Amino acid sequence: MTVRVDDSPQRLRRRPIRGTGGRTAAIFLTPFFLLFIVAMIGPVVYAIGLSLFAERRSGLGFGGAEKVFVGLGNYADVLASETFLAGFGRLALYCVLYVPTLLCVALALALLLDATVAKARRLFQVLLFLPHAVPGVIAALIWAYLYTPGVSPIVSALASGGIQVDFLSVHLVLPSMVNVAVWEWAGYNVIILFTALQAVPREVLEAARVDGAGEIRAALAIKAPLIGPALGVALLFTIIGSLQLFTEPKILSTATTAVTSTWVPNMWAYDAAFNRNNLPQAAAASIILALLAGALSWVVSHLTSKGSSR
Amino acid sequence: MSATVAATPRSHTDASAARASRPAGRRHQARRPRRRVGAALGTNGILVVGAAYMVLPLLWLVFATTKDASTLYGADAFTPGGSFVANLQRLLAEDGGIFLRWLGNSILYAGAGALVAAFVSLMAGYAFDKLAFRGKGFLYGTVLVGVLVPNTATVIPLYLLAASVGLTNTMWAVLIPAFCNPFSVYLARVFTSGYLPDAVLEAGRVDGAGPVRSFLSIGLPMLVPGFVTIALFQFVAIWNNFMLPLIMLQDRSLFPTSVGIFLWQSQVQQNPEYSPLVIAGSFLSVVPLVVAFVLLQRFWRAGLAAGSVK
Repeated sequence: MTVRVDDSPQRLRRRPIRGTGGRTAAIFLTPFFLLFIVAMIGPVVYAIGLSLFAERRSGLGFGGAEKVFVGLGNYADVLASETFLAGFGRLALYCVLYVPTLLCVALALALLLDATVAKARRLFQVLLFLPHAVPGVIAALIWAYLYTPGVSPIVSALASGGIQVDFLSVHLVLPSMVNVAVWEWAGYNVIILFTALQAVPREVLEAARVDGAGEIRAALAIKAPLIGPALGVALLFTIIGSLQLFTEPKILSTATTAVTSTWVPNMWAYDAAFNRNNLPQAAAASIILALLAGALSWVVSHLTSKGSSR
Repeated sequence: MSATVAATPRSHTDASAARASRPAGRRHQARRPRRRVGAALGTNGILVVGAAYMVLPLLWLVFATTKDASTLYGADAFTPGGSFVANLQRLLAEDGGIFLRWLGNSILYAGAGALVAAFVSLMAGYAFDKLAFRGKGFLYGTVLVGVLVPNTATVIPLYLLAASVGLTNTMWAVLIPAFCNPFSVYLARVFTSGYLPDAVLEAGRVDGAGPVRSFLSIGLPMLVPGFVTIALFQFVAIWNNFMLPLIMLQDRSLFPTSVGIFLWQSQVQQNPEYSPLVIAGSFLSVVPLVVAFVLLQRFWRAGLAAGSVK
């Protein structure tokens, strides 16, 4: 497999078309595709191979482990694992909460920034974007402290108002995590959507105004649909991003026992590799996640590009 | 695309001037000022709330850096403490000054990774945009598939492959994956088609420059903004990466800041004295990024604009 992909630039070199096109393309593309093979295709192929075997202790446990071909056995085991499925359920719930929340917050802020009455647009853009400059680990850490009773000004302010909230409890920790991710990514998406809004032709908005549409009506009925393609891209990358969920739960697991070591599929795979020492199962779990994510983002990108070509 | 990047923001003062000059009924004229004031207050009020949501956690981090472990728990969150210098001194002295080492590692991984990845991606993006060759559609398709697969899904496969060749726990285990980012190739293609007119390259060819020479001496200088943007995004992505170094590295002296701070944070539950270290370390690793983002606004704006165009 590796070899087959590896020789594609070579093949270009041998059969150049249009003068030097093929040879030149090979020179320009080889560095990237070599890295692509080493850092993405190779590992995935190797993990697929590994996931088809299982390590069995021979006889009395002497003489080390032996590799046995088990076909899709590891995949069946992973998909039958209750902890893995529970993790997937949490990931699904997280996506359902996070994706719409993020996009609504980002779209609302972008439309407000684009409103004619908005002041100090540049300053607001920078302030809204600031959290994106904060590494995910640090963002999760800051919020972990802001959720911890005794340290958190939020918890103590709510408590003085008579509301007792434990953001790190079993029931609230998932929404708390959604909040961390919204904080990290809202500003980033605001800028993407705001940039798209700035490109909306002024004549269209003028026409709407002449027809008597107020600013809010124009924003929701004209501007929002016109930036459909940008919303589609934001949706796609938000979904891909949310499937990666690992950093936030891993950090919050240091602050609360509500986040277990197999809380989401990525943590399950990590736990399989480093705590349970079952590398084939870790490989199978990673492949399942990659396939699912790839399929889901393919569907989303297909749907959004269909929507925008209409 | 080039239009989006280069477009001057639509002038809102023009828009409101045009609206004011529109002939309107007396009834409307009487009502509009109050409504406009209300809309302006509402719009800017919500923007202020949004900006506060983004900025206050960072402000909390700044104040928390000035406190020792005892005042962190209990005292008012937004009053400065007196331990700022002491905290930083302790941070830099802890474990033989290992934090500076981690900071250096982060700079090395993110800096080298960003430069190499940006150069390699620009070469590939240039080939995809400017050269005609066999198999272009297929190769570009594989790049797009690479964009759709979440990073974390390939981390465990990467670890498995690296372990099989004995590369884990080395710098290369973190650097090589950092050199490769399919999304950067996509961005590079967008930038190349926007910033580098075919006619310029044609002129170079007429003057006798070979394809490699014309890329280096004509293409690259014109693509500098694209190079900076791609490198900036890759720098942030590597600086923020957590799962890959966490899994690949065991030797503490090879850790980037994200993993090092996590190591300290995982000891806070047993020993709260680690909290000031975690907070001061977070503060020091956020400051350079925030400064870079404020100074390099032009480039991340261009990158976000390019990324949102399909």
